[in-house]
Amino acid sequence: MCEHLPREMHKNGKRIVETEVKMATQKLVPLTGDQAVAEAMRQIEPDVVAAYPITPQTEIVMNFSQFVADGKVQTELIPVESEHSAMSACVGSAAAGARTMTATSANGLALMWEIVYIAASTRLPIVMPVVNRALSGPINIHCDHSDTMGARDSGWLQVFSESAQEAYENTIVAIRIAEHKKILLPCMVCQDGFITSHAVEGIELFPDDKVKKFIGEYTIEHSLLDMDNPVTYGPIDLQDFYFEHKRQQAEAMKGALTIIPEVLAEFNKTFNRNHDLLEEYKLSDADIAIVATSSTAGTVKATIDELRKQGMKVGLLKPRFFRPFPKERFVKSLSNIKAIAVLDRSDSFSAQGGPWFSEIKAALYESKKQPLITNYIFGLGGRDIFPENIKKVYSDLEAIKKAGKVKSLVNYLGVRD
Amino acid sequence: MKDMLEIRWHGRGGQGAKTASQFLAESALELGKSIQAFPEYGPERAGAPIRTYTRISDHPISIHSPVTTPDFVVVIDPTLLESVNAAEGLSDKGVLVVNTTEDVSAIRRKANFTKGKVAVCDATKISLEILGIPMPNTPMLGALLKVEQIVSIEALANNVRKKFIKKIGEEKTEANVKAIKRAFEETKIG
Repeated sequence: MCEHLPREMHKNGKRIVETEVKMATQKLVPLTGDQAVAEAMRQIEPDVVAAYPITPQTEIVMNFSQFVADGKVQTELIPVESEHSAMSACVGSAAAGARTMTATSANGLALMWEIVYIAASTRLPIVMPVVNRALSGPINIHCDHSDTMGARDSGWLQVFSESAQEAYENTIVAIRIAEHKKILLPCMVCQDGFITSHAVEGIELFPDDKVKKFIGEYTIEHSLLDMDNPVTYGPIDLQDFYFEHKRQQAEAMKGALTIIPEVLAEFNKTFNRNHDLLEEYKLSDADIAIVATSSTAGTVKATIDELRKQGMKVGLLKPRFFRPFPKERFVKSLSNIKAIAVLDRSDSFSAQGGPWFSEIKAALYESKKQPLITNYIFGLGGRDIFPENIKKVYSDLEAIKKAGKVKSLVNYLGVRD
Repeated sequence: MKDMLEIRWHGRGGQGAKTASQFLAESALELGKSIQAFPEYGPERAGAPIRTYTRISDHPISIHSPVTTPDFVVVIDPTLLESVNAAEGLSDKGVLVVNTTEDVSAIRRKANFTKGKVAVCDATKISLEILGIPMPNTPMLGALLKVEQIVSIEALANNVRKKFIKKIGEEKTEANVKAIKRAFEETKIG
């Protein structure tokens, strides 16, 4: 069962093994998703990090604090007494013109809430890794997306990461996206709590200087501390101009849809990658497809490989950005699919399905073809999702395709009935 | 035929099952393999039964769910055989590797595992004698490598050295390496 594993080293002797080791270690290092993000932060070396530890984000702050203590970065680390203070400190520091980061999870994000909105409406490009975890209650520390989905209307950019590698890369590119003069919006970089945040994988870290060159220096246009050109941040803004400012915020998010692909193209060219607003996996000739994000997308890919061997024309659409929502890309990718299942790792309690489902379904209203579409809520509070669950969804989709209609719009996958 | 090697570890909180799963994965990574090592986090507390997993493949690993059909199961704490179904998901090609004072046939009965092979090693005794503390996780790595040469003992030892020296010093690190090698020698497969 493991013929492919290295046996030649016994035949060839120690020297060969050592050569292999040396070559390999230059490429991939064993890191958890949290450690990988901390490495990205080390390379970014923000001017200010204000953060409060919360499971399963803790390792990010812990590792980054170590980098600060070891003098590996010159970042001003502000250990605050709560997440509300963390985001408040970030707002102040970002308004002053400092490149600013924090990180959080679940209830930590909830405690930041009012300042999360203020950061976005003040157009401060704070980058915040969020290790997705279920919001209480009941109390649960495991993965689902209820935390960041709750913040979907806060005005932050949101990108979801399939693996530790992607979380690392998204953290780097998020700096450039958030700070882009035509965007200037804060960005949440999401990865799945424990599933990727605490799993060790082989990570390719880019060279420090290459990352630093890619992100460049950040210069704020209107610094709070520029006494020669004084500006006001966060004033009262009533019936006279509040609406105009919110409209500008909306335009910035809309504009981000065209700018993000430009920044990603530059990232791809620099680091030899293939990032986009969304990713298609064996979708072009697929009859039926799943839409799934984050670590689940990886499990779906593995399942697709298995089902394709049996001749099933199955595919995956993995959205990366939820904010902004790449509506036209969804229409383009999904219009020719006969039956689609959208997997949501959070419930909106809207009585009409999860957030991905609602928005994708709305987007497809503009499609000439109206694919059959159904929703599965899954994985709440860290409930595992296995290839068997994914196979069940594809088999349901086959039935839907045959019947030509969807019997049940919103379904719950892997739960006791 | 699976193109990926999957291992499930059963231990108790504090016994180093997570560390063992990582040592193996990281040793394979250094040989250019794709790897995953991850624990199943429940209510974490010392003594509570925990599972950890290792995946090793020549191809990129995209799956992100716990291992359900392992090729090998390593039981670090022998008392777990009474409370968990350690052989769950093991095929007749699978191997159950157990830290125990008992012999193969006794473990086979206890674990209700008749199909595949069973390997036994008194890792607690080895760790007590060499390390002076009951930490059977590193010797159980030696036991697993006796069953299947997933990586060489030397590759594993080098990884243990890399990870342990700063943490526990050279003397204790070398004791761990010694324990791994002795377990490798003493493991019986039937």
